[in-house]
Amino acid sequence: MPNLETDTAARIALLKAWLTPRLSSEQTAWLDSQLAKVADAPDSSALAVGIGLAPRKLGKADLALSQAELQEAENIRPDLDPTGWSIDQTARMLFVLASFDGDDEAFAARLGRLVAQGEVSEHIALLRGLPLYPAPAKLVPIAAEGIRTNILPVFEAVAHVSPFPREAFSEAQWNQMVLKALFIGSCLSPIQGLDERRNAELAEVLIDYVHERWAAGRPVSTELWRCVGPFTRKRDVGDLVKVLTGGDDQEKQAAALALAEAELPETQQALQAVPELAAAIRDGRLTWSGVKA
Amino acid sequence: MFIDPHAHMISRTTDDYEAMAKAGIVAVIEPAFWVGQPRTNPGSYADYLSHILGFERFRAGQFGIRHYCCIGLNSKEANNEPLAEAVMELLPGFAVKESVVAIGEIGYDEQTDLEDSYFRRQLELAKELDLPVMIHTPHRDKKRGTSRSMDVVEEHGLAPDRVVIDHCNEETVQEAKDRGFWVGFSIYPHSKMTADRMLNIVQQYGPEQLIVDSACDWGVADPLSVPKTAALLANGGIGEEAVRMVTYGNALAVYGKSGQMQDADWLQPDAIDQRTLYQGNTILRGGQTPRVE
Repeated sequence: MPNLETDTAARIALLKAWLTPRLSSEQTAWLDSQLAKVADAPDSSALAVGIGLAPRKLGKADLALSQAELQEAENIRPDLDPTGWSIDQTARMLFVLASFDGDDEAFAARLGRLVAQGEVSEHIALLRGLPLYPAPAKLVPIAAEGIRTNILPVFEAVAHVSPFPREAFSEAQWNQMVLKALFIGSCLSPIQGLDERRNAELAEVLIDYVHERWAAGRPVSTELWRCVGPFTRKRDVGDLVKVLTGGDDQEKQAAALALAEAELPETQQALQAVPELAAAIRDGRLTWSGVKA
Repeated sequence: MFIDPHAHMISRTTDDYEAMAKAGIVAVIEPAFWVGQPRTNPGSYADYLSHILGFERFRAGQFGIRHYCCIGLNSKEANNEPLAEAVMELLPGFAVKESVVAIGEIGYDEQTDLEDSYFRRQLELAKELDLPVMIHTPHRDKKRGTSRSMDVVEEHGLAPDRVVIDHCNEETVQEAKDRGFWVGFSIYPHSKMTADRMLNIVQQYGPEQLIVDSACDWGVADPLSVPKTAALLANGGIGEEAVRMVTYGNALAVYGKSGQMQDADWLQPDAIDQRTLYQGNTILRGGQTPRVE
């Protein structure tokens, strides 16, 4: 059983250690005093005020963490990926963490209120912080609401470079997230656990989506085939062969990778038509990470 | 480059945003106002405020337009006392959010006692938070209502150079200018002010303190009022620098006093904003001359 309070203290220390060398002594003094107010009275206005004022008090520069700092993150919170985090966003997460007083129900309710009354850059910061907060199971509804948005950066604050969906989403929520990413023009490769959480239901929904797009004369994302791969059914092989023969180079590579992952006699046979791609996949020269969105 | 410092974009279409960006508008200010019919509970008011600070800001950013807000309780809804009291509780938390450049638009509609009371309390809030103020002057009994608004501002000790008296006309410009306020003109086709009358006003009073806006909303309004007026002023012999003051510089000078709006926002956006909230202005990107059709 993880200890929420010890973990939270370590995470607070981690974020503070990132911020301090990037702030002036005056800025650090403001941050410390506001953090103390939040910790003293988590349900007072100090929390919303601290979150609201963070950009104007501390600026919005990128954190730009060093390798050593990133390694420290990995020790404290495995799979945390602070790529693209800024100073104000980090401070906002810090305020949220500082409001935790051991009551996880109250914490989830408080975070829900902050998101409900937040402006768009607050949404992004609060949701990027999801993997850091205590009581993750109670926060799933907030994350699920976050991916209902049509605001791309808010959606990506939940879905991209975060271990939260992989660890906490149900299969239905996961599948909704992947499909929604394609619908709103986001990309799949920054989603953590994309391969590990593939499933038959998702593959079936994606194939239906492909047929719908093709009927409308619209292209589909090359990345989509990655989520079909091992769950390719016999009746889907024709679709993959169509991409393999009629697609552009990127699409051909994606179709070949999906076919290679599907362990059906039909898929192995289809791959024989593209011996060069098949060889590149066999000896590891072509992998999903080489396929562009 | 133009700023439209009074635009209710929540009721405008994407066609408007496209046309505004094409005509050279780089920033808009959306004052909180009445939405055409009364809100009946504070929850819908809170959602409205987070909508203009959230989705609307994102929507503008997709067209390369920077979006700012004024936060306030409008005069019409100040007459619903239970609603108004609850909204007053919400305002401080919203007013400190990123991109809020003023308290507004506030002032008088019918000039009732309730309107007067909430106007005064919001002037105090602006003082406490050190924010500029945007004042809506009434449509009916305009001249006396405008004088009274300025009397009240002075009574509460706010510096006139931090206050915009908006929706002015030939009858109110002299007094507002003489008393040291910024003087806003809403170029709105069938009421308020027209572009050709604006030319006479700039010729007579000079460009100092004068600000042109569209006040475009759910009615028959023109979101291109600012660039169109600029063209008309230039054709009428007003110098380039003077046109720039009334359609860009003066608005930036007063609302910039909030610390939340500077030309770097659209000329050199922060890295974090470029990744998330702002797609960049195609006109600035392409280095083309803004034009109005």
